[in-house]
Amino acid sequence: MRKTFLTSVLALGTAVGPALAQDFTEAKQGGSMIVTYKDDVSTLDPAIGYDWQNWSMIKSLFDGLMDYEPGTTVLKKDLAEDYTISEDGTVYTFKLREGVKFHNGREMTAEDVKYSLDRVTNPETQSPGAGFFGSIEGYDAMAAGEADSLSGVTVIDPYTVEIKLSRPDATFLHVMAINFSSIVPKEVVEEFGPDFGKNPVGTGAFYLEDWTLGQSLTFARNTDYWNEGLPKLDQITFEIGLEPIVALLRLQQGQADIPGDGIPPAKFLEVTEDPAFKDFVIEGGQLHTGYITMNVNMPPFDNVKVRQAVNMAINKDRAVRIINGRAVPANQPLPPTMPGYAPDYEGYPYDPEAAKALLAEAGFPDGFETELYVYNTDPNPRIAQSFQQDLAAIGIKAEIRSLAQANVIAAGGEPDQAPMIWSGGMAWIADFPDPSNFYGPILGCDGAVQGGWNWSWYCNEELDAAADAADAMTDPAMAEEREAAWRDIYLKIMEDAPWVPVFNEQRFTMRSAKLGGPDSIFVDPVHVPVNYDFVYSTDVQ
Amino acid sequence: MTEATAEAPAAGRPRGTGAVLRDLLRRPRSAFGLIVIVLMVGAAVFAPWIMPYDPNDQMFDGLSLEGAPLPPSGQFWLGTDLLGRDLFSRLILGAQTSLIIGVLANGIAVVVGATVGITAGYFGGWIGGILMRFTDLMMAFPALLLAIVLAAIFKPSLLIVAMVIAMVNWVQMARVIYTETRSLAQREFIEVQRAMGSSTLRILGRHILPHLVYSIIVFGTLGISTTVLLEATLSYLGVGVQPPTPSWGNIIFENQTYFANAPWLVFFPGLAIVLLALAFNLLGDALRDTLDPRLKGRH
Amino acid sequence: MGAYVVRRLGESLLILLGISLVTFALLYLVPADPERQIAGRSATAETVANIRAQLGLDQPFHIQYARYLGNLLQGDLGRSYLQRTEVSELIAARMPATLLLMLAAIVVELILGLTIGAIAALKRNSAVDQSLMVFSFVTISAPQFVVGILLLYVFAVQLGWFPIGGYGTLAHLVLPAITIGLLGTGWYSRMMRSSMIDVLAQDYVRTARAKGLGKLRIIFRHVAPNAILPIIAMIGIDIGLFMSGIVVVESVFGWPGIGQLAWQAIQRVDIPIIMGVTLVSACFIVLGNLLADLIAPLVDPRIKLK
Repeated sequence: MRKTFLTSVLALGTAVGPALAQDFTEAKQGGSMIVTYKDDVSTLDPAIGYDWQNWSMIKSLFDGLMDYEPGTTVLKKDLAEDYTISEDGTVYTFKLREGVKFHNGREMTAEDVKYSLDRVTNPETQSPGAGFFGSIEGYDAMAAGEADSLSGVTVIDPYTVEIKLSRPDATFLHVMAINFSSIVPKEVVEEFGPDFGKNPVGTGAFYLEDWTLGQSLTFARNTDYWNEGLPKLDQITFEIGLEPIVALLRLQQGQADIPGDGIPPAKFLEVTEDPAFKDFVIEGGQLHTGYITMNVNMPPFDNVKVRQAVNMAINKDRAVRIINGRAVPANQPLPPTMPGYAPDYEGYPYDPEAAKALLAEAGFPDGFETELYVYNTDPNPRIAQSFQQDLAAIGIKAEIRSLAQANVIAAGGEPDQAPMIWSGGMAWIADFPDPSNFYGPILGCDGAVQGGWNWSWYCNEELDAAADAADAMTDPAMAEEREAAWRDIYLKIMEDAPWVPVFNEQRFTMRSAKLGGPDSIFVDPVHVPVNYDFVYSTDVQ
Repeated sequence: MTEATAEAPAAGRPRGTGAVLRDLLRRPRSAFGLIVIVLMVGAAVFAPWIMPYDPNDQMFDGLSLEGAPLPPSGQFWLGTDLLGRDLFSRLILGAQTSLIIGVLANGIAVVVGATVGITAGYFGGWIGGILMRFTDLMMAFPALLLAIVLAAIFKPSLLIVAMVIAMVNWVQMARVIYTETRSLAQREFIEVQRAMGSSTLRILGRHILPHLVYSIIVFGTLGISTTVLLEATLSYLGVGVQPPTPSWGNIIFENQTYFANAPWLVFFPGLAIVLLALAFNLLGDALRDTLDPRLKGRH
Repeated sequence: MGAYVVRRLGESLLILLGISLVTFALLYLVPADPERQIAGRSATAETVANIRAQLGLDQPFHIQYARYLGNLLQGDLGRSYLQRTEVSELIAARMPATLLLMLAAIVVELILGLTIGAIAALKRNSAVDQSLMVFSFVTISAPQFVVGILLLYVFAVQLGWFPIGGYGTLAHLVLPAITIGLLGTGWYSRMMRSSMIDVLAQDYVRTARAKGLGKLRIIFRHVAPNAILPIIAMIGIDIGLFMSGIVVVESVFGWPGIGQLAWQAIQRVDIPIIMGVTLVSACFIVLGNLLADLIAPLVDPRIKLK
């Protein structure tokens, strides 16, 4: 027996409801906008792009089978017109929308879906997202280079594709919504080979019109877009290489419409107090937690009391103040907008005296010396110095190692190198709004290996088993139970305290007066940073 | 004494330190340089007594309620930084950092550069060839890129930063000393010494080195300026001196996003860097004129 | 002359080879694994190992270097690990911005340096001369990031005369060009001053002055031609200084040149890009030095090419 279920069952959390104003869906098409970024856009290949700036660009150029309601974390069908899931949760059958065309005019079919999934899991593609597809049958053979096609993905007819999983995976529909599962046309990928990322062709709302490396990109409206009425704008220009502070000044002078990197701290007070601009400042949460990892295999952090003491020693309010209050203090790994977050959990209090006592109990009445690794871009070294002062107050002398990102990541992946790491600038931002996404690589046993991303090297077999069990609950009726299971896992982790969760960053961005659309799409939790497809221009209304 | 006959007339008559100092103080530029250096060294040595606050103390009243740094005032003479620390105290301690690295890194660079230059210049042959080819190679390196890559390999510390700078900066010295040694080695009085069977070490120590001293002093002084600038630049890029140890460069690195709102956080450390580098440049230039008129006009 | 140039070019190639070896060796030692950044956080150890093998990073050093060199000889600088684009394409896209900045900086330092030097020489030993010379020392003592940030603060933030960083129009070019140009200004003004003083002391100049020729005409007639060659030689050496400064200046001003490219690559240990930019910069420096050396004998006939 098969059954279809409403996507809203997975609609968990986020303050932003799906009740988006009607006006914007009826907004007229036309107009343009300028979006700025500091860092270069490396690639627009959906199998590879994994940066802040290219994430939502790719979402506008490509489509996947699934997507999210704009401005929310509510799953919806995208290129899939419908889908069914087998009783045991291991077979997904997607019915594709008919008449969807790639930018080159060819119709998208089930063959393209299969090709795209084969491509992203093929080791030769070197996709950083390949691991998300681990539950698809035949993935292991692909990863090992023994197969050139996923045995679990079958084309039934040109508009139907069936995906078999090797184990039930409650997050699978989310996986079908991330960039890495975007549908790409085989002939174009083969034509450009490794340069596909510079010549992207998808089915998305926009197509790439022009790209001047290191300077600017122009997206133009796909007039053939299957989703009628979208996108709203005729053109988007992305200007690259602009410092956030410069971007904001240009916006104030009317030369830019969205500062893609948000409002820089130094300008924050100014614009939020300026009557001409404060109405255009938009705040949004994000699925982010900034944390300090403590390597549980390196003494003295192998002692849980020491880790708990550190949790009580860190003044999180002060850290928040250093970044001008653009965050909320955290007490658990999951951010508040994530399903599974425990709102009633109080966490470790900031209490240096108790921390000191606990440290003495653990056998370190005079503290000890250690090292704190940190990514060497502002404000991270500053935040680290604040921690350093907090730790000194309970007798822990932490020396700061401020290094390039790649060096910190490498040190974290060694079993005995980095006793403490401040995650700032490299922290986990969830790929999709599901609690499991905060576990595997960064807190589970899988990540606690040489070269892994679990920098605290915390490995609790019991929790691993609990996590597997939770992810096997694919029945939508069990969604709440699953959420509770995950909540439990994270609270157990906090008992062992391998992390000090410090804060959840809030995003503060701005839009120019000429842009319209609900605030939530400018701080979209999934189409990070902005859901371009729904932005409209007031000039043409 | 044989030396009296074999000794070639030195370029400039050896002069007493007192005479040189008087000369330097008579010239306004070098006098200014000397005064700045003495003040900075004084600040560095007596830092614990001069600093009004603990330079690493992130004071609660060092930030406004919104978390913004405080401008210069009676309480904080040069204002506070983004962590609420007293900028004046940090600048004083920063003088220590700059001078330690300046002297250390430059000392290493001078020793390495002079050794390479003398060895290559005196012995020539394949050793000299290899050494000078290597020097040429180093000359063609984009220096800052090299320093950044080196800084990335080692865990940064004060000593490592000094070593990295020395590895980049010894080249100039090596080239100058090489040229001078080579011309000295071919001169008659050295030939005479060789013919008389003096040991190589004796020739180098007694006859070559004394002639190089002025160049070493002059280029050594100018080199401190280069070193100070390179340290500041590395720290500005975040790959130099590690926080919370203040260096003028990393103070600017930490605070530059606020430069439009809090220019004192960039202005004062910037001024300190320029003053110290300028002082050593002026002093070096004057030393060149005073000690050895032959060197005039070169740089 | 011809033989000399050929030999020097040969030597230059050897130097570039040496630089490629040293840089490659240093990057080999950097404790960071590019394959892990490529593979991403959700990758299994197997995937990482796979990518490592594909990039040839599992090979011993000499094989890796030989492979790199082999490609280099065919004009292939490799493909960026993280941008997945040909390094040559990335550099080519950013080179115009860097060259433009370099040219503008040379113009700035020539105009400022020669003017300051000439005035100082004409007003020799006056207060004007003294202050100009102190100024020239200040310019060589100020780190470029300090100069850049101060120029931005005064002329862009406070006065609003120029844009606050960025690229595109002539106005964007002015401040970064001055920042780089000021460093050379110090050297040029001092050189100009001393060569002017020498020339002004020559008999034929005294005669010309006696004949009542204006100072400007004397400068153009007699001083300028003598100064041109050493200036070209100096520009050659300047390129070395310039290449060292672009990482900082381009990052202060958000200038989309190869310095910015290099800095981003260093942060992420994107070895092919770092190698590429280092080699291209070294080429410029080597060619600049060669230019300087070729001109030297024309300036001073006592120097012989050998």
